[in-house]
Amino acid sequence: MSPKQLTLDGNEAAARIAHATNEVIAIYPITPASVMGEVADALSAEGQTNLWGSIPKIVEMQSEAGAAGAIHGALQAGSLCTTFTASQGLLLMLPNMYKIAGELTPTVFHIAARSLAAQALSIFCDHSDVMAARGTGFALLASNSVQEVQDMALISQAVSLKSRLPVLHFFDGFRTSHEIVKIDTLSNEQIRALLDERCIHNHRARAMSPDHPVIRGTSQNPDVYFQARESVNPYYQQFSQHLTEVMQAFGKLTGRHYQPYEYYGAADAKQLIVLMGSAVQTLQETVDHLNATGEKTAVLAVRLYRPMDPQKLLACLPASIQSIAVLDRCKEPGSDGEPLYKDLVTLVAQAVSQGTAPFTHLPKICGGRYGLSSKEFTPGMVKAIFEMLKAPQLKQGFTIGIDDDLSHTSLDWDSQFRTQASQAATSALFYGLGADGTVSANKNAIKIIGEQTDLQVQGYFVYDSKKSGAMTISHLRFSPEPIRSAYLIQDNEAAFVACHQSIFLQRPDLLNAAAPNGVFLLNTSTPPDQVWDSLPLAIQQDLIDKQLSFYVIDAYALAEQLQMGRRINTIMQSCFFTITELLPRETALQAMKTAVEETYGSKGGKITEINCQAIDLAPAHLHRVPVPDKVSQTAEALQKIPDSAPEFVRRITARLIDGEGDRIPVSQLPDDGTWPTATAQWEKRNIALEIPVWDTELCIHCGKCPLVCPHSAIRSKIFDPKEVEQTAPESFLHTPVKGKEFPPDYHISYQVAPEDCTGCGLCVDICPIKDKSQPGRRALNLQPLTKPLLQQEQRNWAYFLALPEYDRTKLRTGVIKEAMLTQPLFEFSGACAGCGETPYLRLASQLFGDRMLIANATGCSSIYGGNLPTTPWCKNAEGRGPTWNNSLFEDNAEFGLGMRLAVDHQTRYAQQLLQQLLQQPRAELDSALVDALLQADQSDEAGIYEQRQRVLQLRQQLSKSTSPLARELETLADQLVKKSVWIIGGDGWAYDIGFGGLDHVLASGENVNILVLDTEVYSNTGGQTSKATPRGAVAKFSAGGKATAKKDLAMIAMSYENVYVAQVAYGAKDLQTLKAFLEAESFDGPSLIIAYSPCIAWGNDLKHNHQMQDLAIRSGHWPLLRYDPRRLDAGNNPLQLDSKPPSVAYREFTGSETRFSMLWRSHEADAERYLQASQQESQRHYQHYAQLAALKPDSDEKE
Amino acid sequence: MDLHTNYLGMTLANPLVPSASPLSRDVAMCCRLEDAGASALVMYSLFEEELNSQHARQMQLLESREIGHSEATHFLPLHAEPSHALEQYLEQVQALKQRLSIPVIASLNGTSQDGWINIAKQLTEAGADALELNIYNVAADPLHSASDMERGYIELISTLRQVVSCPIMVKLSPYFSALGHFVQQLEDTGINGVSLFNRFYQPDIDPDTLRVQASIHLSRSEDALLSMRWLGILFGKTRLTLAATGGIHTAEDAVKMLLAGADVTHLCSVLLQQGPTALSQILTGISDWLDESPYESLEQARGVLSHLHSNDPTLYERASYVQLLKTGRY
Repeated sequence: MSPKQLTLDGNEAAARIAHATNEVIAIYPITPASVMGEVADALSAEGQTNLWGSIPKIVEMQSEAGAAGAIHGALQAGSLCTTFTASQGLLLMLPNMYKIAGELTPTVFHIAARSLAAQALSIFCDHSDVMAARGTGFALLASNSVQEVQDMALISQAVSLKSRLPVLHFFDGFRTSHEIVKIDTLSNEQIRALLDERCIHNHRARAMSPDHPVIRGTSQNPDVYFQARESVNPYYQQFSQHLTEVMQAFGKLTGRHYQPYEYYGAADAKQLIVLMGSAVQTLQETVDHLNATGEKTAVLAVRLYRPMDPQKLLACLPASIQSIAVLDRCKEPGSDGEPLYKDLVTLVAQAVSQGTAPFTHLPKICGGRYGLSSKEFTPGMVKAIFEMLKAPQLKQGFTIGIDDDLSHTSLDWDSQFRTQASQAATSALFYGLGADGTVSANKNAIKIIGEQTDLQVQGYFVYDSKKSGAMTISHLRFSPEPIRSAYLIQDNEAAFVACHQSIFLQRPDLLNAAAPNGVFLLNTSTPPDQVWDSLPLAIQQDLIDKQLSFYVIDAYALAEQLQMGRRINTIMQSCFFTITELLPRETALQAMKTAVEETYGSKGGKITEINCQAIDLAPAHLHRVPVPDKVSQTAEALQKIPDSAPEFVRRITARLIDGEGDRIPVSQLPDDGTWPTATAQWEKRNIALEIPVWDTELCIHCGKCPLVCPHSAIRSKIFDPKEVEQTAPESFLHTPVKGKEFPPDYHISYQVAPEDCTGCGLCVDICPIKDKSQPGRRALNLQPLTKPLLQQEQRNWAYFLALPEYDRTKLRTGVIKEAMLTQPLFEFSGACAGCGETPYLRLASQLFGDRMLIANATGCSSIYGGNLPTTPWCKNAEGRGPTWNNSLFEDNAEFGLGMRLAVDHQTRYAQQLLQQLLQQPRAELDSALVDALLQADQSDEAGIYEQRQRVLQLRQQLSKSTSPLARELETLADQLVKKSVWIIGGDGWAYDIGFGGLDHVLASGENVNILVLDTEVYSNTGGQTSKATPRGAVAKFSAGGKATAKKDLAMIAMSYENVYVAQVAYGAKDLQTLKAFLEAESFDGPSLIIAYSPCIAWGNDLKHNHQMQDLAIRSGHWPLLRYDPRRLDAGNNPLQLDSKPPSVAYREFTGSETRFSMLWRSHEADAERYLQASQQESQRHYQHYAQLAALKPDSDEKE
Repeated sequence: MDLHTNYLGMTLANPLVPSASPLSRDVAMCCRLEDAGASALVMYSLFEEELNSQHARQMQLLESREIGHSEATHFLPLHAEPSHALEQYLEQVQALKQRLSIPVIASLNGTSQDGWINIAKQLTEAGADALELNIYNVAADPLHSASDMERGYIELISTLRQVVSCPIMVKLSPYFSALGHFVQQLEDTGINGVSLFNRFYQPDIDPDTLRVQASIHLSRSEDALLSMRWLGILFGKTRLTLAATGGIHTAEDAVKMLLAGADVTHLCSVLLQQGPTALSQILTGISDWLDESPYESLEQARGVLSHLHSNDPTLYERASYVQLLKTGRY
């Protein structure tokens, strides 16, 4: 019987086997491994059992360290256990891995290999993480393809049980973990047949049990530790043999034969490349091509990396080998070679010295690095390495895939080189937006073709780094032969290119991938007879030069007609099948409909119905557009970064924005991870369809619109109208500012940045003013962003920016309107449209940005805050602004504390130097100035401004001094100005992985401000449950609703009694938020602000962000409070409850949010139970706070 | 005492029928209502708007959770896909039919012809003993005349009558210019009964926020008088089953409706407030009243105080208003 075939990705392939063969699965989300945990959780939630008929217990832990600990415990108690992780997660598991291996405990950890954070974080693939685990005692097994991931997951399980060694089973993150292909699946019978029940029984027999007690984890002394460490050697020596046996058994069961080391290529090869991972496929494809042209090349795939078996490895190699390149997908700075290379050199040298080497001549060996952080690795690069291997002198420590003009390690390659295999495949490329369903449509297409034909399929999806308006590029290949191209579709390869969003037409490289005589499909609202003239020159030229067939469809119009919103996925999919005829038309239509039914289920109702209609109707809406002989478009000056931009931005950032980052040579990049801030302003994304337009007549200048804007795209400024009389564009709006606090006759302007606005509409929503005659109309109203409006507002925005900022020392920052006149130093981030987090960050940047140090935990805020090409933290006209760093996920509180300690120490030292300089015999400093510097009151903006002026004077005086102390003080003088240290992160950090550190920092008493952006889930990794997730909410890892209540972090922090604590929600009570930020910063001790942050992961449209916040407060879900220890000094209760008792039923709150309401449809009884519990809890919770707030504070005064 | 009544061609043990309310979402609660004496059950209303808004929510959810970036290709667990409201309703029809021995009437609140026809068919296929149709179109467009609206309703109901064979009840709004005439037209379509009246959720205005918002208020006993008037007027002039709905909180309220001409009286607010025991109390109250009345059965008492049989039919008409004002009895 032929095996059942499924079209899936590497993560799912691993997770299915892990779920079928384990009992306890401890998980923690981390990209790109999160999906494995999600699949396992989904299988258990659906009631799927493992091989033995029980449903594996899935437990989400607070960190990977926690997951490893839980696994260690469960293993010791005799269960079959597994986990999934990557990168820093694996590093957190290392301590336990030594223990697990040291105790000879069988288990498999599945790893989607990912870069480690060094000069920067990267979510993409290399083997740095896996290599860091090579000393743990785990066996390391590599899978090179999705099929292998499934197979090796089982082989790992079997060999671990058999050998008693734990196995780290790894595969390439994204390239394999996220690549979708058709694989032969394993039946339960096959899985069962490979697992030796006796080994499982033995594992259980070794478990800790009071019925046969033992002790493990002893503390050993110098007398025995060493010997005991050596006692495990036989297990490692036998592992390779066990593995070979298991692989042979697997081959008998399935017909798929694997070896620990697999040689591929000419039997008499002269040049050999040795490597691990997905690139093995690219190597094999290229070796076939080269050998067909008479070359003598080969590749050795290392599957078993630890424990290395030199004999088996060398036994694969023919005597003819003359030169070897060993490729490592990692970098070990300071080493004279990376790990796999060093191992190869050692084992070859040992074999030669022992006379056991197979070679007739000692081959030359060199090591090289490739593919770090998913850098492309193509056949052209493989060819370049083989060419190098023919040279008399090999290039040691070479790199491939980059231009290293600094250390000259890189090899040149031919980017036009193509293999026959890649040319034989049919390739298709799709440009889409995240939300338009392009990716899911392509996944369906792959599945349909995979299941309906004998073709092999491959799908790989590339996302950009922004969260709002993110572009997706889908790379699809179909071929009658196995597809081994583990790289993106290259120039001139794609027989079909589809552009699902006409905004992408502006990319001049859009049709680079299109093959000659291929097809270009465009979704556009421009009528077919006008579309040609609407195309940019580069697109017209490519259509003509490559003789492409050109099709258009107005998919949005059809989607609108069918009430599909912006989901054009099935329409475009139907067009793809219609044009390509990869399947007979009727078969394709029926298969698409079946896929729709499978996706939305029999209960899909209207969605299923309209998607099926879309499939039927789309072909009739498709038009072929004749391609003329000549272009009709004149060259349009591409909008480039202006000359006024900083040199670095023009030289480097501009190229990253243009997608040319791969071509930037090593010498051009910062060597220590230091990049300039304030670069987001140069990346104009133009994603808004509508922008707010200000009505000067209605506006009362309350300042609420800039306060809520997630992207700092609407701002206010006041100025003397005389300054703008002559120079302002005619359309620039300004009006006399309301309020006596400003200079008489001053004007105010509210201006929108049209190219940076996302069109979320929150500014309009918050506007409290309504036109008396038309209550639906406000002082801000959304209008379609037409070209004239765009051009007009571009001019106005530029003019607005050039106006000077109002003197911030004259503003009362405790008043919303005035606080919003301060300059945002956080702008235009890539956060989601309507993001609930970013307004808090912008507010902090406005209030304290010019003296702010930020420690940012990994998560959404570190991605939209620090992901290249451009970053949002910026500078004021004096060049001051927040300085930002992301250390790790787990250590952020400690990281920020370190900053505080350093700043405080330097301040004290500077003060000490001041005094020392004053006491010097030849007084060089003005004593009054020194006194003022030492006694400065920096509690407000004016005080800080004055201190800065004093520092300037001090610098002048120091410059005249010859004292070495003066030179010392010059390096520290700025520390005499008060600094504000902010520790920022999400709830995943604060409630879970970083809680220990957070708790410690709160207890430290040091003056740090901790801002927790509480989205109540792990937002960045896709919405997994955290301890901040409320009871009854559906989230990943809580498909049946979270059963336990949200942790009360505020109460925990208050228990220290010396911590300033606030719980805020800007969309519900902005003034309370503002007060909390000001109080937190002014408090000389630890402050904790827990900020309610509605998130896209909740399933709601964030245009309702403010109503969501409002309901959360009014239902009692999120009480607003401030706990200020200073109030005790004045005899007041430190706790102030800022929200009223719950006035709205909790049911109304949960009913309005998808994360809760979806549970009513899937688990109604549980939903009701959780609701009742939460309702009571929220009341009780509020009353508890109210009672605390009503307590009379202790008084020392005697009656 | 004979409390039997005829309802849409079915003989019911008594005239107390819980009307559409969230109580029928809970099968156990429905069993309690049956135990308390409910003679039939109208299920909660399936709103076509709800199906449409659920569709919109699902579309939005699909969009938002597939927002798509490198670290998260989707949000919310995919396997927690909520089932469709219609599917859930059909399952509830089946569950209730399985557990209850009294007739189960599905209630449909549709807005479009397609919605009504398709869904009505599925409801009957799922086992509903009868259909209650809510006519709930607010004629906000001044270009639509009353006759346009009525014609639209009649066309819709005629079509529906042709595609479903089970009894059909139409729940009417009180805002018809000539209700009697409209009921005649309804009768001509071949439907089986009318229910008087639908209580509309009226919008409210929050003066603080200057926002219009939805509001919901439970009925009170005096709300039933409007239904009573029209039941009294219609009794004997139509073959349709007459159901009283809205404001029936006590046995006295129910008896008034029966005397005016109702075949059944629907209960809702009182059950939401007091639970199934209210139903048994009302039933006992009716029985006690009948015991002390000159009638041997409810059938005898039905309509004796209707417009047709009343000693002073003018009290059902506008004149009574003038008299009341004159006497100051208000």
